[in-house]
Amino acid sequence: MDVSDRISTADVVKVAKLARLDLTSQEIETMTVQLDGMLEHFADMDALDLSHVASMTQPYPLRNVLRDDVVQPSLDRDEVLAVAPRVEDGRFHVPPIIGLDS
Amino acid sequence: MTLPTVPSVPSVPSTAAGIAAGVRGGELRAADVVEHHLAAIAAREPEIHAFNLVMADQARAAAAAIDARVAAGEDVGPLAGVPVALKDNMCTQGVPTTCSSRILDGWRPPYDATVVSRLAGAGAVVIGKTNLDEFAMGSSTENSGFGPTRNPHDTTRVPGGSSGGSAAAVAAGFSPVSLGSDTGGSIRQPAALCGVVGVKPTYGYVSRYGLIAFASSLDQIGPFATTVHDAALVLDAIGGHDPHDSTSIPEPHSPLVDVLDRGVEGLRVGRITDLPEGADPDVAERLEAAFDALRDAGATVVDVQVPAFGYALTAYYLIAPAEASSNLARFDGVRFGLRVDAPDTNSMYSATRAAGFGAEVKRRIMLGTYALSAGYYDAYYGRALKVRRLIHDDFARAYMHADVLLTPTSPTVAFPFGAKGDNPLAMYLCDLYTIPTNLAGHPGMSVPFGTGADGLPVGVQVLAGTLDEATMFRVGAALERAALGPKGAA
Repeated sequence: MDVSDRISTADVVKVAKLARLDLTSQEIETMTVQLDGMLEHFADMDALDLSHVASMTQPYPLRNVLRDDVVQPSLDRDEVLAVAPRVEDGRFHVPPIIGLDS
Repeated sequence: MTLPTVPSVPSVPSTAAGIAAGVRGGELRAADVVEHHLAAIAAREPEIHAFNLVMADQARAAAAAIDARVAAGEDVGPLAGVPVALKDNMCTQGVPTTCSSRILDGWRPPYDATVVSRLAGAGAVVIGKTNLDEFAMGSSTENSGFGPTRNPHDTTRVPGGSSGGSAAAVAAGFSPVSLGSDTGGSIRQPAALCGVVGVKPTYGYVSRYGLIAFASSLDQIGPFATTVHDAALVLDAIGGHDPHDSTSIPEPHSPLVDVLDRGVEGLRVGRITDLPEGADPDVAERLEAAFDALRDAGATVVDVQVPAFGYALTAYYLIAPAEASSNLARFDGVRFGLRVDAPDTNSMYSATRAAGFGAEVKRRIMLGTYALSAGYYDAYYGRALKVRRLIHDDFARAYMHADVLLTPTSPTVAFPFGAKGDNPLAMYLCDLYTIPTNLAGHPGMSVPFGTGADGLPVGVQVLAGTLDEATMFRVGAALERAALGPKGAA
């Protein structure tokens, strides 16, 4: 590892697993260097005292948005399934989730 | 601007306003308008690559329907017969919508985005789906999974991004207006680089229903046009509350086309004295000329400070990738798009996403996942949200002293392909001046204001406070008048 202690290839491998991305070893190497460069830039905000600043998650204050409880048309099941990669008996088909060591 | 020479049917106006007036009045057929633009596309699209899909058949059918309704005496709407190009991250029912990503190649949405149905309701004719940086992540359209778009002013240079196809389509005369989406500058920066008008409205001004999400707290749809008036016309048609988007603003918007002639007498135009450096001299010179033009038109130039402006890049490149890493989790090979088969579900997800996403999208997903992961959440995502608050509050204070703020849109004119190399940060700096507005949720627009290096277009950015589109458009219109006037464009 020739980059700083901000991020290691082991970190990148772990994050790729969390993100459900198969990365090649070349991609892992490149990504480690590039993410390190970005984190170095992001350190500029360390200069700010944020201890008394409230978070802002979106531009407007959160509010409940309610609507009348009226039945509206929704997407047609057959149309939705028609654009899926694989379907079976009116449902999305996926490979086994349990019973395999993943 | 070089317009293509095309065999033309009856003279077709270059603006949406002119086309709509002609079609509504029965002097111009929507069918001829569409043929005129399809001819322009045929002449130059192979060189520009503005489109992922040209919808010639659908556009012809829509135009014929408009003409029939006009003949029957119907009012077909304020955009009667106006061709519109749509960034290919807006869902069109039954028509491929790709986000310029191989993971969605061939996918046909089962519904229309709200902006698409509103355009149709206003009489517009969708002429095609435009190229973008994959999932709107980029500033050059070089990240498209289907090849880059070229700048109509100089085809060795980028059109900007991520809405580069929509900007190039208008600049090349393929369509008088188009729609883009702007998460950190993706409408305004390509507008500047292509010499057209581009508007990012206040967050919530336009419904995001059917816009494939990149960063949900930042994304907004807005228009590209050759005139400020056309941009207002389109925004008036697509804006307003939508029950399908709970973040769309419930209050109705006043028509923007009505404010354009009001001038800028007495308005306070803010100069940000602590604006981060980085603009090239030719761009800085045009910004000064814009201040002078507004002063000549009766505005006052005042100094304001936005101390946190310079930290926006950091906040944005943590918040936007964090939201993207969550939004893009839906592309997993189950319900739509690409699937790479594997023996178990987790392996199928990982293989599908590895095959379907390009390098920049993977980079942003990784960055966002990292910023949200245990042990780093507070240090990165948490702090970025606080910086966002500082930026918002700094702007709010600035707007107590100024009605609008003026900055460069892009630090440079259009740059050559490959100029940013493999350095993601260099590309991110293209959005230095546009990003803060998205974080604050405020509106911003880019107006062409002459040319810089190599005769390439330069845009000036007008920023305004929440829901103050009216003042922003007045200033945009004044800049346009000045740019077209005797002392205007270089």
